[in-house]
Amino acid sequence: MSGRRDAGGRDTTLAVVRGLGWFSVGLGLAELLAPHAFTRNFGLRGHERLIESYGARELAAGIGILASRDPTPWLWGRVAGDALDLGTLATGLAGHNRPRSRIGIALAAVAGVTLLDVLCSRAMGARRQRAKRLARRDYSDRRGMPRPAAQMRGAARDFEVPQDFRIPEPLRPWTNATQTGAPQTDAPQTGAT
Amino acid sequence: MRALVWHGKHDIRCDSVPDPRIEQPRDAIIRVTSCAICGSDLHLYDNVIPGMERGDIMGHETMGVVEEVGPECHGLKRGDRVVIPFTITCGECEQCRRGNFSVCERSNRNKSLADKAFGHTTAGLFGYTHLTGGYPGGQAEYLRVPFADRTHIKVPESLTDEQVLFLSDIFPTGWQAAVQCDIQPEDTVAIWGCGPVGQMAIRSAVLLGARQVIAIDRMPERLSMAQAGGAIPIDFSAESVVERLNELTHGKGPEKCIDAVGMEAHATATLDSIYDAVKQTAMLETDRPHVLREMMYVCRPAGVLSVPGVYGGVLDKIPFGMAMNKGLTIRTGQTHVQRWTDDLLRRIEQGQIDPSFVITHRIGLEEGPGMYKTFRDKQDSCIKVVIRP
Repeated sequence: MSGRRDAGGRDTTLAVVRGLGWFSVGLGLAELLAPHAFTRNFGLRGHERLIESYGARELAAGIGILASRDPTPWLWGRVAGDALDLGTLATGLAGHNRPRSRIGIALAAVAGVTLLDVLCSRAMGARRQRAKRLARRDYSDRRGMPRPAAQMRGAARDFEVPQDFRIPEPLRPWTNATQTGAPQTDAPQTGAT
Repeated sequence: MRALVWHGKHDIRCDSVPDPRIEQPRDAIIRVTSCAICGSDLHLYDNVIPGMERGDIMGHETMGVVEEVGPECHGLKRGDRVVIPFTITCGECEQCRRGNFSVCERSNRNKSLADKAFGHTTAGLFGYTHLTGGYPGGQAEYLRVPFADRTHIKVPESLTDEQVLFLSDIFPTGWQAAVQCDIQPEDTVAIWGCGPVGQMAIRSAVLLGARQVIAIDRMPERLSMAQAGGAIPIDFSAESVVERLNELTHGKGPEKCIDAVGMEAHATATLDSIYDAVKQTAMLETDRPHVLREMMYVCRPAGVLSVPGVYGGVLDKIPFGMAMNKGLTIRTGQTHVQRWTDDLLRRIEQGQIDPSFVITHRIGLEEGPGMYKTFRDKQDSCIKVVIRP
């Protein structure tokens, strides 16, 4: 799915990645705000704190995906989180009177999202590699001035800074004050005579 | 005509739109021969500046040939070759008479909106938010120029488009950033951001005679261009900016600091930037002001912070106590373009500087949408894009 665009020229990979980001934010908030609903439905009673921590992880990953210019590390973080989710859900299958059908559906859903996360991570990683492969150009010949900077330094000193752009003399930093006859030592002034 | 049109976040398209026409007696219509994508256009592309509307035409660095003038557009005639400043100026209000063209009191047609948002209106701008008039921009085949009798810079045929195009914005912006520092021969000037404005500020600081110019960025190609202009490069992804600046100034800090980055500082470079990125995503903050914080910290007491970088709204965790106690002077503002352009045009004509050094990509309008992304992502060593419609 690397670099795919729809008929309108929009980047579908990025759209899916952003969708995953928002999904992560939504799931994270749900896990943080209603952990009991998850533990009740998936046979994980007593593990509410664990679900809350998973919620915080999802929220962080979602914000990372949405806010960063390169979401690749956050996407791989989601893949690792998916593995944790699958393992945790699988523990719900053990023992009697477990809601196996609900857990089975949840496992299938998480597996599907994991596949999407992996595909997006690989696609974004490939993009990053392609971008890195594009040789960085060297602009060290782009001086913009006819002679080296050392020779051009001060060439515009004929420019008169307008009155309203001047910094009043008493407000100038110390280096300038030394030029106007102020004490030239850098040593602290003790005030002793 | 064809134009690059804003349709939403990360959605710029090359559309067919109606040709502009004379609407006011002082208007002119120009046929665009060259225009450019500006770093501040990227804030619109990223949708972090409020007040854009679907269908707005982008672009505020434009030049071309006059096609038609209104009945009261004196001093311009069909065939004149002009660069159009990004600020629209009436030339008659109190601010324009003082040379404060970027805060012209009459050119913003959405004055009441700006009065509410800013307290008092600022000038109208081409191809920008509706808070500044929502005027159609110049990334198009034609441009309507309001108050055209004052909003233009005539340029001689002896200079190429690429030599003079940047009089529209980035060259005077970099120049004003340096002038705001009131540079003295002993000054160290530190410049954050080596994009187009940063590059112009570097050369302006050198020409105005700064003893030492230091440029801060992380992209190797931008740092190489900065070094070519006479700056000492600091790669913030590889070394500590604060430590290196103190080292270069014998522990005193630079006297003058220029923020040529603005509201979208690199989002994952520092802890405070990550904090800003999270708050920005949660819509609790509009800008990522890492550079402002760092400048306040590292600047020498009684120094100057010059801020040509664009900020959009509400900034969080600004250490203003630090700035106050150190007695820093802070100078900001959009550029008063025409205040500097006579002098800068003369310097280009004399060969003191050729601003075309910054151009890295030349394209047609159709390639514009893709190039916005390339420029935003700093791909293909992109620093400055010029469009020939």
